[in-house]
Amino acid sequence: MASLTARAKTAFGPEVPGLVAFLLLVVVVFGVTAPKFLSAANFGSIAFQLPELGLLTLAMLIPIISGGFNLAIIYTANMAGLTLAYVLNTHGGPDAGVWPFLYGSVLALGVGALSGCIMGLVIAYIGAHPILVSLAMMIFLRGLGEFLTKGGDISGFPDYLAVLGHGTVWGIPVPLILFLVCAALWHVLLTRTRHGFAARMVGSNLRATTYAGIHTKRTLTLIYTLSGAMCAVAGILMLARFNSVRVGHGEALLLVTVLACFLGGVDPFGGFGRVVPVVIALVVLQVLSSGLNLLGANQHLSTAVWGLFLTGVMILRWGAGRFGARHKGRG
Amino acid sequence: MRNFLRAYPAEAKLLIVLVLMVLGLSLASPNFLTLGNVSSLLNNNAVNVIWATGLLVVLIAGGIDISFAVAASVVQYLCVYAFAAIGGGNWAIGLLFAGTFGIGLGLINAFLIHQFRIISIVVTISTFNAFFGLLMFFSSGRFLYNLPSWWSGRVILWEHQSADGTWAELTIVFAVMLAAMVATWALIRHTTTGRQLYAFGDNAEGARRVGINVGLMQAIAFGWCGMMAGIGGLMQANITKEVVPNALIGRELDVLAAVVLGGARLGGGRGSVLGCFLGVLLVAITQNGLNLLGVSPYAFKMIVGLIILLAISTSNIDLAAMMAPRRKER
Repeated sequence: MASLTARAKTAFGPEVPGLVAFLLLVVVVFGVTAPKFLSAANFGSIAFQLPELGLLTLAMLIPIISGGFNLAIIYTANMAGLTLAYVLNTHGGPDAGVWPFLYGSVLALGVGALSGCIMGLVIAYIGAHPILVSLAMMIFLRGLGEFLTKGGDISGFPDYLAVLGHGTVWGIPVPLILFLVCAALWHVLLTRTRHGFAARMVGSNLRATTYAGIHTKRTLTLIYTLSGAMCAVAGILMLARFNSVRVGHGEALLLVTVLACFLGGVDPFGGFGRVVPVVIALVVLQVLSSGLNLLGANQHLSTAVWGLFLTGVMILRWGAGRFGARHKGRG
Repeated sequence: MRNFLRAYPAEAKLLIVLVLMVLGLSLASPNFLTLGNVSSLLNNNAVNVIWATGLLVVLIAGGIDISFAVAASVVQYLCVYAFAAIGGGNWAIGLLFAGTFGIGLGLINAFLIHQFRIISIVVTISTFNAFFGLLMFFSSGRFLYNLPSWWSGRVILWEHQSADGTWAELTIVFAVMLAAMVATWALIRHTTTGRQLYAFGDNAEGARRVGINVGLMQAIAFGWCGMMAGIGGLMQANITKEVVPNALIGRELDVLAAVVLGGARLGGGRGSVLGCFLGVLLVAITQNGLNLLGVSPYAFKMIVGLIILLAISTSNIDLAAMMAPRRKER
């Protein structure tokens, strides 16, 4: 048992056991207090709600690990959604075939990657602070989106998109499958590839990494390009889930994605962070919100609880750090 | 001139850009450089400037605050109930209450940051969520219109009727903005505390070792930001004559962009009140100018975003070096 937890710790990070324990605690507490909590319907709705926030969090994760930030994720996702919506609408709207969808999705990914790439270039080659660059990009994309749509909704998409947004395969929601595939991809990227290693090193110490012979400028550009592409995936999923695109959809999720990353043990200064604890943190947040919802509280109370919860976790980590330091000092 | 350029490179560049913009706009549109337009520009952006001066102090001290706009909404609600409880009030009591509530909320941030050694962006994102969630929960999203008459009434300090009959006026919001700017300038430029804030922002560990009280620095920075947030909230309610729980959310990032345009640095140790003011003004004049030139309002934000992106991208150009007398290469 001890070796198993040790192995889990090395494979997925030291945050995992604590987060899983907390998740179980939350499930048990809500299972006892909220009658409908332990039902298939509730877990089904959690599984459908999680992926949007999850994909956006993945898009936020890599920049944070590299010591930066991407505040433009929501509007990058919206712009990608708009691109796909435009392609679908020019190919017959509700009657559009599968090809326009695929072609539009590729274009959407391209738009997301392009906006990320521009941010990455400015951050890498000019050395501007990522918070500022992505903030400016966010304001620009929001403006561009509002300019193009005049603040309205775009809808009227083919029926087969419902499969992507609301369908299930062997009982597993399609959005969840998409999210898990992307999370696995991100996990492999961060732990098994040269680029993932370089991203973490850039987050730890940019200058030392440059002197170590890594092309840090290219690494930074690639980090934001990938982040933009992941936003586009989220944007496509949002289009399918809501069956419409509006600039500003998901606005409230921006800071929640940051919260999920920090909750998942990602170092705010960059350099350290893993995908698995972040995914568990996302599940915790979503379970908290749905449990509170079943108890009759509204979404806003869950927002407050999320905020208080993050503070609580950071305080606990501070306590654990002091405790650990004292023990090390004695031994 | 070169000393100014060297000491305030971002402010100097911003000033040059602004002067060029004002010249261009006054040639392009006869309505731009009129008393009416200028005074309404100042009145309408006063709240952003008040917030910007608060945020500036936090940025100088090396922190960041995402929660201040939501804190301003919380202060607005607290004020409505507090004024109802004491049966009215007036501007002096109003400013005192709003400032005190704001300081209280700011100190929550400072306490969490200092006591538990949590980085400020994490703390303020979590207090952002906590404040906003609790506010929406307890207010149920209700708008409040029953403000005391002194609060919702216009207080005009100066007015002037132009030859064509249009009125130009400056309201109390403008006066409070000036007061906020002067107070912040005095704090950061003319007190020992101000010097310590710069030192602490530039090198926190170094400041601690020379004996600066680090906890006090955080408390002053975030308390000041909270106070300005609260006062800004009070002024915003005076302009809109209502209190809406989610009206101010999102403004924090616009203000942050403006302050940073004005030369404050994320990471601390740099920034000035003049820069803050110019940063807010740049965004405001851009929108105002586009409006007067007849550009579609939907395009405003796009162009503002582009300008901020350009400003950040060119921030490494060194004007002081360009102005230096050319030396012969050896």
